[in-house]
Amino acid sequence: MAVHSRPRARGMSPRDRLIVGLMLGVPVLADLAFIWFPALSSVALSFTRWNGIGGFDQIKPYGVENYRIAATVDPQFWPAVEHNAVWLLVFVCFATPLGMLFAVVIDRNIQGSRIYQSVLFLPVMLSLALIGIIWELIYSPNYGLINTITGHNQDSNLVNWLGDPHLNLWAVLVEACWRQAGYVMILYLAGLKAVDPSLREAALMDGSNAWQTFFRVVFPVMKPINIVILVVTLIESLRAYDLVYINSHGPVLPGLELLSILVTQNILGEQTRIGYGSSLGVVLLVISLVPISVFLYQTFRREARR
Amino acid sequence: MSHRVTPQSSSAAAMPTSRRSVLKGLAVTLGATAFPAGLLTACGTSTTPSSSGSSGAGAGAGAGSVTFGSNYSDPAPKDAFAALTQAAGQKTGTDIKINTVDHNTFQNNINSYLQATPDALFTWFAGYRMQFFAQQGLIEPIDDVWQKIGANFGPAAQSLSKGLDGKFYFVPIYNYPWVVFYNKSTFKEKGYEVPTTWDDYMALLKKMKSDGLTPLAFADKDGWPALGTFDILNLRINGYDFHIQLMKHEVPWTDPRVTQVFTQWAEMLPYAQPGSTGRIWQDAVKTLESKKAGLMFQGTNQVAAQYVTDGKDLDDLDFFPFPAINPQFGQDYMDAPTDGFCLAKNAKEDSVAPAKKVLEYLGTAEAEATFLKTDQWDVALANGATIPTYNDIQKKSVDVISKCKAVSQFMDRDTDPGFASNVMIPSIQKFINDPSTGGIKSLQDSIEAQAKTIFTN
Repeated sequence: MAVHSRPRARGMSPRDRLIVGLMLGVPVLADLAFIWFPALSSVALSFTRWNGIGGFDQIKPYGVENYRIAATVDPQFWPAVEHNAVWLLVFVCFATPLGMLFAVVIDRNIQGSRIYQSVLFLPVMLSLALIGIIWELIYSPNYGLINTITGHNQDSNLVNWLGDPHLNLWAVLVEACWRQAGYVMILYLAGLKAVDPSLREAALMDGSNAWQTFFRVVFPVMKPINIVILVVTLIESLRAYDLVYINSHGPVLPGLELLSILVTQNILGEQTRIGYGSSLGVVLLVISLVPISVFLYQTFRREARR
Repeated sequence: MSHRVTPQSSSAAAMPTSRRSVLKGLAVTLGATAFPAGLLTACGTSTTPSSSGSSGAGAGAGAGSVTFGSNYSDPAPKDAFAALTQAAGQKTGTDIKINTVDHNTFQNNINSYLQATPDALFTWFAGYRMQFFAQQGLIEPIDDVWQKIGANFGPAAQSLSKGLDGKFYFVPIYNYPWVVFYNKSTFKEKGYEVPTTWDDYMALLKKMKSDGLTPLAFADKDGWPALGTFDILNLRINGYDFHIQLMKHEVPWTDPRVTQVFTQWAEMLPYAQPGSTGRIWQDAVKTLESKKAGLMFQGTNQVAAQYVTDGKDLDDLDFFPFPAINPQFGQDYMDAPTDGFCLAKNAKEDSVAPAKKVLEYLGTAEAEATFLKTDQWDVALANGATIPTYNDIQKKSVDVISKCKAVSQFMDRDTDPGFASNVMIPSIQKFINDPSTGGIKSLQDSIEAQAKTIFTN
């Protein structure tokens, strides 16, 4: 950054410009080093074969073969895409609305709202790994809480919550929603507290009922928070990983495959397939880019209009 | 700074936050993609949660010091390993510093660990799992060490310690057999007899079921336990040579002999504990401990060890080798995984000589006896290792292993470990969920298609 002073810059002393330069330069460098460089390297690596051993000379070009393998050979790829989509749908259609409902109800200052608030927020304060372990104990076939209480803990009649491929995704989604609802609740509650009470009073004076007040007045006013929540929901569902990793207790169980898990299974481990894992990472990146681009486009368009 | 730099209306205040969180999410999504290897190297080497230095206490000042990367992170093997390195330090006058890393983390990071600046010595496994890293030039050959310790080991242990190029890369410390466990009291009470053939075995399973027992305790949530069942069925039906060829993908997985393995397994599966894909193996052992189950096929390193952990009666536990299926091969083979030590290629120059001295000590019956002093389930490999602390399980283990014409090392050690964990584990879990004939056919096709993309040299 040009530090030597040319006093032409309106009102900016050399010191100011140094500070501005540093404050912009450092984040830009960090952004390039930790986001753009890895992202672009992953894209490049996805067209290669490499077992992670040796230098650049060991990285062999492989064309689009990795993508062909993912789409036609790997029996875990399409289930993973499907499960990511299901995860997203459940979060958008169930967990997030549930969290908003909690927030609206608690915001009405019902008796013991502090207690409800703490209870519902508790899972958010636990790490996802811990949540996974708690639920693994709850779902355990012979010794788990649910099967024991319902008397399904005998080998002859047990419910295989985490092992049955038709059941386990839903079982894990219950864990995920348990946390996500509390997270959304707190975000939304903060937003609700910030809504000017006079707006509600005005609506009340105009004779609107509770539904109308919420959907016609409060909800539109909270647009910024709604967008934050939508983005949080998208991010949380696309980066879903921890719960499945913990609950699989090893390589991912059939029925629980997620793209993020397949990426790490191929890239970490003794025998790594960096190229193949990278191609799966690129697929996940492309999927993530869709909602992110829509969001950024909307935001910048709004700012430009202002 | 002047307010011109940050012009922000209050209503837009929420926006930068959300945009930032988008980028953060992007970073998280991508974090997994490009640089895990480099980052994890840093973790692997700097994370030394419990490093206990065992000093050579004046035995030989200046004899050198060695760091020892250890994945013996569970309390019992960790103590045994500490005792072993202390003895090694005293005998060789070397200062040995142990870096213990959780065993899953250790194994997952081995690739980047060995390429960076690893500890001179590290704990590892025999089989292709060692040969692969030797072939990649990450393990140092130790033929000179074996010139001194060679006489301590029989031909089986010697061949286990060699790489594909015929050089020695490994010093074994112990192994353990995969066998069928049962409680003596259950057999006595119900009048069961140890089966030696497949027909006797199936008859016993049927009898147990009608007696209200779960015939076979079984768990496969962890993924690897069922690989052992595949191994033993393949060894019994098709023999050791075919098994090893299959593991190296010199025979296609669509071979009818593989179909035979799955078909026979499907016959046995109705007698195995249901819900296995959701159960951890420790819970399956508990079913055997509580005498609700009749049999369990797994390693002594798990079943006997769990009996000790749970404070159960180890004297009541007994085992027999898996019954013969094909008379041509009888009970000639079994999985007997061997653990031991290697010298890293990238070890510090000045620690190579003392590390080799330590390995010379580790390859003795005396060292094995030291390690096994507190161990109640593994057994030594060295010739003439007399270990006074052996219990009946260990004595019998030595006996059944020595009767084998060849021992395999377990699927994840005999084949490409990535193939074992990313292809075979989910495939076998799928087979357990759907053991139908049609399912087996499409499963074999899918395994073969995936094997082709992995074994491509």
